[in-house]
Amino acid sequence: MKEILEIMENNPRIGTREIATMIGITEAQVASKIKQLEKKGIIRKYKTVIDWEKAGEEYVYAIIEIKVTLRSRTGYDAIAERIAKFPEVRSVRLISGGYDLSLTVRGRSMKDVAFFVAEKIATLEQVQGTVTHFVLRTYKEDGDVLFEKERSERLAVSP
Amino acid sequence: MSYSRKSAQNALLYPREVMSEKFVAETVRQIPPSGIRKFFDLVLEMDGVISLGVGEPDFVTPWHIREACIYSLEKGVTSYTSNYGLLELRELISNCYKKDHRVNYDPKSDVLVTTGVSEAADLAFRAMIDPGDEVIVPEPCYVSYKPSVSLAGGKPIPVPTYQENEFRVTAEQIRKSITKKTKALVLSYPNNPTGAVMRRKDLEEIADVVTENDLVVISDEVYGKLTYDGAHTCFSSISGMRERSIILNGFSKSHAMTGLRLGYAVGSEPLIAAMTKIHQYAMLCAPVTAQMGGIEALKNGDGEMQKMVREYDRRRRLVVSGLNKMGLDCFEPMGAFYAFPSIKSTGLTSEEFAERLLKEQKVAVVPGNVFGECGEGYLRCSYATSREQLIEALSRIEAFLDSL
Repeated sequence: MKEILEIMENNPRIGTREIATMIGITEAQVASKIKQLEKKGIIRKYKTVIDWEKAGEEYVYAIIEIKVTLRSRTGYDAIAERIAKFPEVRSVRLISGGYDLSLTVRGRSMKDVAFFVAEKIATLEQVQGTVTHFVLRTYKEDGDVLFEKERSERLAVSP
Repeated sequence: MSYSRKSAQNALLYPREVMSEKFVAETVRQIPPSGIRKFFDLVLEMDGVISLGVGEPDFVTPWHIREACIYSLEKGVTSYTSNYGLLELRELISNCYKKDHRVNYDPKSDVLVTTGVSEAADLAFRAMIDPGDEVIVPEPCYVSYKPSVSLAGGKPIPVPTYQENEFRVTAEQIRKSITKKTKALVLSYPNNPTGAVMRRKDLEEIADVVTENDLVVISDEVYGKLTYDGAHTCFSSISGMRERSIILNGFSKSHAMTGLRLGYAVGSEPLIAAMTKIHQYAMLCAPVTAQMGGIEALKNGDGEMQKMVREYDRRRRLVVSGLNKMGLDCFEPMGAFYAFPSIKSTGLTSEEFAERLLKEQKVAVVPGNVFGECGEGYLRCSYATSREQLIEALSRIEAFLDSL
């Protein structure tokens, strides 16, 4: 199982036949194992990593730190779940340190993001305060380096 | 006076190159040019070639190792080291042999850090060979042993190995090649280009022949960490062989550090001392930046190395099964990162096959005969290339076979 996941992690499009050869089981076994992994939610979904900027689409990202006052009987989960429902919000994390929640928000412009935070997040009852950090450039995300990849200049033929 | 006039006349009669050629030593002239060179030149002229001809990892040196090299430069660690290499590095190397193979090498006298394994091999030959001594070299093998033996004044005696015997040299074959002049035996397993490995039993049988005939063994184990079915057996871990062998190893393959040129030799004190004598005059010491990287690699490099080995194993299965499926009989390599398929069924020679494959389908491989006469009829395909490239290369090879 772990081997299949390792192989698929960076390239879900690799065929079951290749996986089968690489780990020495049959293609049918690979297919059924992948089904199981999907069913159990271990493989949550297959995504495409897109460089939208290169595609000519402009997006603005911001990291929002939020301080929360907890209401009686509902914890962080409740407020986090509520915030997570906004499609503008790309990620929600509970963090340690000076703030409680950290969000990533995506919008079409800085104004867009600023208004979203002011109108939709800051106004929530439990939210005590927010700090917005606009992202100027992303260098690495989810283990993928986004700037020019390193290329080693190997000789084409060597002993 | 008359002499200088004569040479001036010569300069007019002959183009400059011809003039200078006479200065090249006879021993060097006798060495044939490397067969790999020709392919290298051919590939350079072409675009869009997928190369399975490469004898080095496609991974870049792990970042933590590069970082250690950079940091050492920042700190100004740029001076000579001991001829033997940094003591810390030798201690780490010595620990590896204790831990992995239960062989004791004193870091102070039994370990020599060299500029790549190639230097270590050259030193070993030069340190042990007297003019006319014979050195048994099982083939196919890495291209530099035979010339290095010749340059050291020795006579290489090639012994062929065969697919039927999984490209292992046998004790019997070695015994038959021994003459009064035989001094040394070269072993290079896991093997470049075949991917063959030796079992402990095979090595024990060879050890008997070595003892009976009072030979010394130079065992190049640079691919030792890249074995896919059980752990590698170090030759000096065979009973009685520690005093009769030099083990060569390095960081190029296991830690993807080819260009940093870092290798080493371990052996009993008198042999290492003899090699160090040559090393101190020829090289002084291995580059200190590389040595600093080597320390980091041995301290913290196991995780990254295991990851690379697992990935090579997957590619190995992909390539071997792909080649076999398209009808090229391929022996299952258990070490290194090469597949060595037979192309005898096509009726082409290794060179014809490789040259046409390159021109017609733009896939570069190395013809097997480059690694010794018995490599004729085979190709070396390196799988140190990304999976996507391997899959594409396999389909091009298949298309080439279909066109024959």
